Amino acid sequence: MAEETVFDFIHMEAVSYVFQGEKVSEDEAVSKLEHMGFATGYRLVERLTRESGRYKDELDIMKYICKDLWVTVYKKQIDNLRTNHQGVYVLHDNRFRLLTHMANGKQYLQYAPRYLAFTCGLVRGCLANLGVTCVVTAEVTHLPACKFQIQVQRG
Amino acid sequence: MAVCVSVIGKENSPLYVWVGSGREELHLHYLAHTGLDVIQEKITSVTKTPGDTRDLYLGLLYATEEYKVFGYTTNTRIKFVIITDAANTTLRDNEIRMMFRRLHSLYTNVVCNPFYIPGHQISSREFDKGVAALVAGN
Repeated sequence: MAEETVFDFIHMEAVSYVFQGEKVSEDEAVSKLEHMGFATGYRLVERLTRESGRYKDELDIMKYICKDLWVTVYKKQIDNLRTNHQGVYVLHDNRFRLLTHMANGKQYLQYAPRYLAFTCGLVRGCLANLGVTCVVTAEVTHLPACKFQIQVQRG
Repeated sequence: MAVCVSVIGKENSPLYVWVGSGREELHLHYLAHTGLDVIQEKITSVTKTPGDTRDLYLGLLYATEEYKVFGYTTNTRIKFVIITDAANTTLRDNEIRMMFRRLHSLYTNVVCNPFYIPGHQISSREFDKGVAALVAGN
């Protein structure tokens, strides 16, 4: 329990840190958070995959992200994973941990992207280290549910 | 125990090579890098036949008259190669496996250092110490 709260707090602090100051553009701050997430994910996955067997293919890696990684970081599994088998994966989380502290509904919708940028980077970093180059975007329509779209870059 | 320990990056560039003192360094570098072909072969053959062992430890890659070459690969495509004397028969497969696991932990610690840039050569005193303890067998 204690370790989970520590992560929540440091994440909140990171978000408010990159947004402090007079003339910080939204894009700039979000990309900073995304980069933090990337660096974290890249290193974290090195440690987390130490005990598991080798992954067979891309789908195997995605399942790892949805199950093991999500449980380690957010204490729950992804609720739904969809793919078109052509390199697009959509991860649905009906109760995303970092959004649960905000009021449900649409009131704070405009602030949600700030709290998702780190996770997008985290996922991208993990996948990059596992050998999948991709673009990760997040989408929220109703807090605290959200979905992450992973688009794998081929070639 | 081991005469050479090497860590090789994603794109097969050497990140770290330790060679026991008094050994012909160039030859051991050559042996370690020859092992990469065998590792490549083993990884791709596993993907073709599902249900096959997906252990990170790849076992004996090949042996020459003087040396035995063992391989290990992480999920993040980092390869470890350990070379031992072929004459050393006291070394069991399990011990080699343990050495690789320890090497993997050491490497993980290096990567988790925020000042280390992934893909660069490893220059860490802690890692040197770890490898020295590893090859000394304690």
